[in-house]
Amino acid sequence: MSAAKKLLDRPELGVAAAVVAAWLFFAFYAGDSGFLSSRGTATYLEIASELGILAAPVALLMIAGEFDLSIGSTMAACGMTIALCCDKLGWPIWGGIAAAAALALAVGFFNGFVVTKTRLPSFIVTLGSLFILAGGTIGMTRLITGRTQIGGLEEAGGFGAAETLFAGHVGPISASVLWWIAITALAAWVLLRTRSGNWIFGVGGAPDSARRVGIPVARVKISLFMMTSLAACLVATFQVVKFTGADVLRGTGKELEAILAAVLGGTLLTGGRGSVLGAACGALLFGMVQQGIVFAGVDSDWYKVFLGAMLLLAVLLNSSVQTRMAEARR
Amino acid sequence: MKREAFAQRRGVFLVIAWLAAFVALGCGKGGEGGGGASGEPRRERAAIRIAVVTHGQASDTFWSVVKNGVDRAAKDMGVTVTYNAPQTFDMVAMSRLIDAEVAKKPDGLVVSVPDPRALAKSLEAARSAGIPIVTINSGGDAGKEMGALIHVGQAEYDAGKGGGERMAKAGAKSAICVNHEVGNASQDERCRGFGDAMEKAGGKSRVLAVNAADLTDAQGKIGAALTEDVDAVFTLGPLGSRAALGALKAAGKLGKVQLGTFDLSPDVLAAVRDGQMAFAIDQQQYLQGYLPVVMLTQYKLYGVMPAGGALPTGPAFVTKDNAAAVINWTKEGLR
Repeated sequence: MSAAKKLLDRPELGVAAAVVAAWLFFAFYAGDSGFLSSRGTATYLEIASELGILAAPVALLMIAGEFDLSIGSTMAACGMTIALCCDKLGWPIWGGIAAAAALALAVGFFNGFVVTKTRLPSFIVTLGSLFILAGGTIGMTRLITGRTQIGGLEEAGGFGAAETLFAGHVGPISASVLWWIAITALAAWVLLRTRSGNWIFGVGGAPDSARRVGIPVARVKISLFMMTSLAACLVATFQVVKFTGADVLRGTGKELEAILAAVLGGTLLTGGRGSVLGAACGALLFGMVQQGIVFAGVDSDWYKVFLGAMLLLAVLLNSSVQTRMAEARR
Repeated sequence: MKREAFAQRRGVFLVIAWLAAFVALGCGKGGEGGGGASGEPRRERAAIRIAVVTHGQASDTFWSVVKNGVDRAAKDMGVTVTYNAPQTFDMVAMSRLIDAEVAKKPDGLVVSVPDPRALAKSLEAARSAGIPIVTINSGGDAGKEMGALIHVGQAEYDAGKGGGERMAKAGAKSAICVNHEVGNASQDERCRGFGDAMEKAGGKSRVLAVNAADLTDAQGKIGAALTEDVDAVFTLGPLGSRAALGALKAAGKLGKVQLGTFDLSPDVLAAVRDGQMAFAIDQQQYLQGYLPVVMLTQYKLYGVMPAGGALPTGPAFVTKDNAAAVINWTKEGLR
């Protein structure tokens, strides 16, 4: 196969084309209102980075044939855990982050364990944990503080270092973008270059044969659930540190956006096929469209229509490029 | 209480009258028919761009009145205005809308600040970019700290307290405060003020959180909370009050349990008129949309801005006495 053909074979090509198309569209329509400025670019990259950090493990999980709907609530729960530990217990911020990470890993383990033990669809299991976590976060927070948001975390010990690491900037680029690149690279490497990556494809594509050839299906799935939860916790940490506080609703709806980004990037809803780089491009597309609409001055009443239409167009473009690729290969 | 509210209202009306005169003089000459000789050219005004970012969900009638005020002011002033709000009550999303608007470098920024800490960085960026800020609706004190020129709204704790005092005076002993926007600090303040007033009068109040986006859910929750001892319900907006009215009706307690609310809607006013609801606290949110656009236009053109730091648009109380008069305006989305 020639190098050009190999390139055309990549599942990311469609979504990459959509990213370029969206960028050109907004550069043309909203270029003079700040979309092209470094500050404008930084705002959509930041949105894309947080979504992308979620989308990378979500793509892996979906390739392995499972869903995680609980990550939005996990974000709220983790953010609030950090805030409560610092505000009520007087812990340094790192203690709060460690507690939140432990909670996230426990939630991920629970999801994975229940899914693999009961063989219930992960859609249902994680929908359950979505509600448990959302309600638990509101209930616990109000029980302890009587409020629904906690602020003032900049007084917690070690906050300065956490701020540099999670909310710092390199030029106009926020730290989360660097995290995004690192996590995407790591996830792509795991998927494409390691034995675990083969297992993930196997578990999602042909679960029975995977089990028969001795792949530890349960272990693979449980660790992937733990990774998605941990990613949610990381994004929650970004937001807590950046906004020096937490509220009980943060992260609501992020689970669907992450799945959307993965699907835009060529990951199949049914498992067995997908790409981490594609998911990253999907997140980039989402961030670009979401902020581009504001730059273009679209009235917020029509916001969702525009967002939905753009995303639909992107998926269509994505799939048409892929169909053409498949035909060209014959 | 009432006299105070009227005094406040008179102050606001004076400001409006002043501004209206201004508009008539300035705009009327150059604007109408395009035949005016002097006056600033219309193009100069059209080039003024004001960005409004609020936390209000489009489904909330309250916020559509604010938006009507914004749109009307943009028309009256001849300036360009963009209005943005996140799809759900989401401070992170809202801060990013502000970031995007700031990157567009508008001539003025109008913003509601329900969570000052979450929005601090975005507002700081606006200030350091030299964009004049006016806060509306919520976050007056915090806005001032962040360099806002003026706040147009009402003091939430005091307004809640006023509601509690009224409720207690009417004989309520055990109340629930229905919060339909969990996570909004102003709503917490309202319930806190309400609860404090109730407690001071020897009663008690507890907070009930409901989902604003789902009326059925909200109504069900309120219905479930209506135990025998509950003799008063206090809601924080039209969405909550509609759910409360439904729940009371279903329980056959309409008019027996005291009901009070923040903010007006046709439903609310009809209920007040018919005696099913004791009172509605009016914060005249149309002005929260209208006035900032007018003020920022004048600020851009002539550098003028009302002094004092705050322009209270409420609380004013609507009761059985004056409900009928207000109904028509709510139908047009102006109150």
